[in-house]
Amino acid sequence: MNVIETERLTKRFGDFVAVDRLDFQVARGEIFGFLGANGAGKTTAMRMLCGLSVPTSGTERVAGFDIGRQTESVKKSIGYMSQKFSLYDDLTVAENFRLFGGIYGVPSREIPSRTDEMLELLDFRSEKNTFVKSLPLGWKQKLSFSIAIFHRPGVVFLDEPTGGVDPVSRRRFWELIYEASDRGITVFATTHYMDEAEYCHRASIMVDGRIEALDTPARLKQAHGAASMDEVFRNLARKATRRAD
Amino acid sequence: MPALDVRDLDRSFGSTKALEGVSFSVEDGELFGLIGPDGAGKTTLFRILSTLLLADRGTAAVDGFDVVRDARKIRERVGYMPGRFSLYQDLTVEENLEFFANVFGTTVARNRHLVDDIYRHIEPFRKRKAGALSGGMKQKLALSCALIHKPSVLFLDEPTTGVDPVSRKEFWNILANLRSQRITIVVSTPYMDEAILCDRVALMDDGRVLRIDTPDGIVEGFPGPLWIARARNMHALLSGLRDDPDVESAFAFGDAHHVKPRPDAKDPAGLARRLEERGHQEVVVAPARPGIEDCFIEMLGRKVSA
Repeated sequence: MNVIETERLTKRFGDFVAVDRLDFQVARGEIFGFLGANGAGKTTAMRMLCGLSVPTSGTERVAGFDIGRQTESVKKSIGYMSQKFSLYDDLTVAENFRLFGGIYGVPSREIPSRTDEMLELLDFRSEKNTFVKSLPLGWKQKLSFSIAIFHRPGVVFLDEPTGGVDPVSRRRFWELIYEASDRGITVFATTHYMDEAEYCHRASIMVDGRIEALDTPARLKQAHGAASMDEVFRNLARKATRRAD
Repeated sequence: MPALDVRDLDRSFGSTKALEGVSFSVEDGELFGLIGPDGAGKTTLFRILSTLLLADRGTAAVDGFDVVRDARKIRERVGYMPGRFSLYQDLTVEENLEFFANVFGTTVARNRHLVDDIYRHIEPFRKRKAGALSGGMKQKLALSCALIHKPSVLFLDEPTTGVDPVSRKEFWNILANLRSQRITIVVSTPYMDEAILCDRVALMDDGRVLRIDTPDGIVEGFPGPLWIARARNMHALLSGLRDDPDVESAFAFGDAHHVKPRPDAKDPAGLARRLEERGHQEVVVAPARPGIEDCFIEMLGRKVSA
């Protein structure tokens, strides 16, 4: 079953075509890497998929809903985590779960048990009543992800989630992503770390508003005769004519 | 005389120790990397070295000048590009460059050749306000502004954070060019793979320097062998590896897991066999050469257990 389906998804700003006829599908439980140079159109595409920006043309279905007509249903069925975590520093870990759970419509009586379940999974029970501001960055990141999937969304969007953390935390974070995927949550992630692209089941690379390549990392490397995704990426992104940089 | 001499620097903010006993020196013309995650102390160190912050303890000298006593002299010879952009958003590209030249008592005309390589990328946009530039162009303008007074030492605080791999590569090419002009460069980054582009690096975490060496030296110092492991289900493989008696630690590492075997572990084949017996499919375990990131993880692990 596909959790994301787009057909000729396009966004124009005046004469500028930021996103140009995207056609792709992402399956349930898939870890999908959404790669591209700065200015390639990733953020614009992601905003459309989250229902934050209206496409100029084309259609998109996310978590079974038509974004154009059922925008609010889509918003309830997705999770979102950005590099600037949206946690509340002056609330405790448990209070953050309660707040976001409430916002996303998790029934109040289920919030305490789900919170315990999450903290168990994170091996984080001792910090239940700790203020978020005193947590190390790596923990904030894991917490932020757990909050993004607390309402059990069909798909979670991660916008460069691992910037700035140490390599051990970065790897622990990907283990959480694997676990979420095992539980059937689709993970749609952007990253500038090309080694992370290798963790994805499939990855797409955007160039000038279009998806230039989309396949498993192994097949992409094979097709480009490349040793790493970094090489594949540079091969493709070099062709860009509208680099923001 | 080294371009930079740092001894026993301590700096705390409240109860947070941002720097603890940091010492190192950088030779004239060296490209020196400070590699570490957020919170390692990289920015605090740059602020002390560029005379914007006082250390609690310890000394630092740039070109032989003390950062406290000779602060003014240091400011003349240091170019500093902070992590958050230092540009005036409401000034145009060329106004920013002129401003920085004027502040240091020189002119763009006199020193234009120093930044020519970098500035020509952004010159077509010289009438545009800095606030309206893309991230990569801001980065190039900020570097031009840090260079326009002909500094002998350049401090670059995470110039490539959040920048895509293509622009990162370009930026490092620019640094290699500057280095060939004998400018001493100290650059910080959270990207481990950038360490190999430096002459020497200091690996930093939590306010401390874990190790200083050439990139090759760091890799050669990795204790014991390293194996890589693959199987059809990579996530299940990770727990399978961690449960194995021969495995000291295992981490996901892109397309393969990296495994540090216990000192008494025999060979990769034995591990592969046991994994297959436990139901993992298409198992491959093979020896591999460690990278900087493996070394960093190893050092973090030792710090935790110490």
